Order: sequence, then C-alpha cells, then structure tokens
Amino acid sequence: MALIETNVKNAATDEMALVHAAKGGDVAAFEQLVKRYDRNIFRIAQHITQNREDAEDVVQDAFLKAYENLEQFQGNSKFYTWLVRIAVNESLMKLRRRRSDRTVSLDEDIETEEDTMPREVADWSPNPEQLYNQGELKDILRKTIQGLPASFRTVFVLRDVEGLSTEETAEALDLSIPAVKSRLLRARLQLRDRLNKYFRKPKGGDAKRDVRGLS
Amino acid sequence: MQNVTCADFLKELTDYLDATIDESTRAELEDHLAWCHNCYVVCNTTKKTIEIYRDSQLYELPDDLRSRLQTAILAKCATRKKPSAT
Repeated sequence: MALIETNVKNAATDEMALVHAAKGGDVAAFEQLVKRYDRNIFRIAQHITQNREDAEDVVQDAFLKAYENLEQFQGNSKFYTWLVRIAVNESLMKLRRRRSDRTVSLDEDIETEEDTMPREVADWSPNPEQLYNQGELKDILRKTIQGLPASFRTVFVLRDVEGLSTEETAEALDLSIPAVKSRLLRARLQLRDRLNKYFRKPKGGDAKRDVRGLS
Repeated sequence: MQNVTCADFLKELTDYLDATIDESTRAELEDHLAWCHNCYVVCNTTKKTIEIYRDSQLYELPDDLRSRLQTAILAKCATRKKPSAT
C-alpha cells in the first residue's frame, strides 16, 4: 500500500501535463491516465451497479466521456475527482435502467432514528476476518454492502474504500459536506450492524447483546 | 460538551474515527469511551468494519479484462474528434 501511495503522490505532479497533452489529442497521454485510474473506476462502478457487465461498460463510457469533454475540465479539482464524478453518474444511470427504478438517486436520504442507534451491540471475535476463508469473506462483504441504499454505498466506497477526502467525495457526488458526513456515518454503522451476525463472538463468549445500557 | 451521552458519541463517531476533531472534543469522547462499554464496542467494530472493507479487494479488475478495456477505450478515443488544444 505504501508503495502505491508514494506512486500516486509522484504521479500527481505530472498529471496536469498529461491532461493538457490529452486535450491536444495526444491519445498516448490519455492512455497514461486510463492506466492510472481504470482499476479504481472499475471498483467504484461495480460497487454502485452491483453488476460486472455494467461495470465494464461504465469504465469504457466514463473514460470516453472524459476524453471527449476534457475541455470542460478546468483543473479546479483533481482530474481523478472529475473522472469519478462522471463514473458515478454513468453507474447510477446503469443502476436505474437495470432496476427500471427511476428513483435511484444520490439524494435519497432515508433518515430514521435506528440508522444511528445500533440495534445490537455485540463484541466481535478478535481478527473476525480469519473466521472465514477468503472466498467466504468476500461473499459476506459483497452481500452486506449490496444491502445498503445506493446513496450510502456510494459515499462509503468513495471515502472508505477508495480513500477520497470528505471534500473530494462531496465534489464528486455534488453533495454538501454535512450530507457526505451524515451518509458516511450511517453507512458505517449499518455495515457494522449487518456484519454483527458473522463476526460476533460465539455464544458463551464475552458478547454483549443488548442496547439497554445505551444512555 | 458536558456529560457525553451515547447519542452524542455516535454523532461524533465519524469525525472521531477520521481524526478530524478538536482536542477537547476528542478528550471528552475518550472519557465517555473509558466507562461506556457499548460505545467502546461500537467504536472498535466500526473501525474494524472500515479496515476490512478497505483491505478486502472485493472487485479487482483481472489483467485480461483490463487490457481488453484499455484497448477498446483507446481505439474509440483515436476515432473520436480530437479535443482542441485551446
């Protein structure tokens, strides 16, 4: 991870030069940008669309759209944040189409009291990820995050999986900073709540199973 | 923030975990954590939730698919109208 982070930092310095060259029609410069971010865009798209084919389409469409609209990119934000914004929009369109659900939107904000008050406070086994093999663990994590509303899932993925800052996430999703923070808190707590049943200490362990003690 | 309640603590949890909180609020929240086992558990397991997802590599792009996508993207870029250099 440290190596990747160092590479990203170094890469940022020549990023604007690549964007500028690509604006002039230099496909090789654009290729560098594709190679730098295609894995991230694929992950984000797959998390939002929950569909492999859709995610493949989003990667292609997002980069093409970015290439064709490079003139619109003024450099006020990072190129990556701008690209993520395009990819999120493409992903949401795919999701709406597949669900024939026109209401999927980042504005959906299902606020209930239970969102922030844990239903169950159970301590987890130490190293809970080691309770399952790699394949089982990935299935559990996929199933769990897929159950979140798209708006929560998207904020969690950008902030906690992809490591965008709160400000970058707000910019990429066209949300206010308080809206990002509120969705992130509820996404984190809901995921934690849903993972309880897989990761909590076995019965007879030191698990606390109720919330009556909450003040 | 006098007498931090569990609801207060949960409201601040995201900023607490992200370390984007001022020193005095942090101290008050940690004071609450010292005696409230439930919040201590919620805090630790939420932190673990984030770490597990961050490290999980749920959707990695396989190399063969990656090179197919790159080829397709660049081929299409080459046929599109060149962006102007203005």
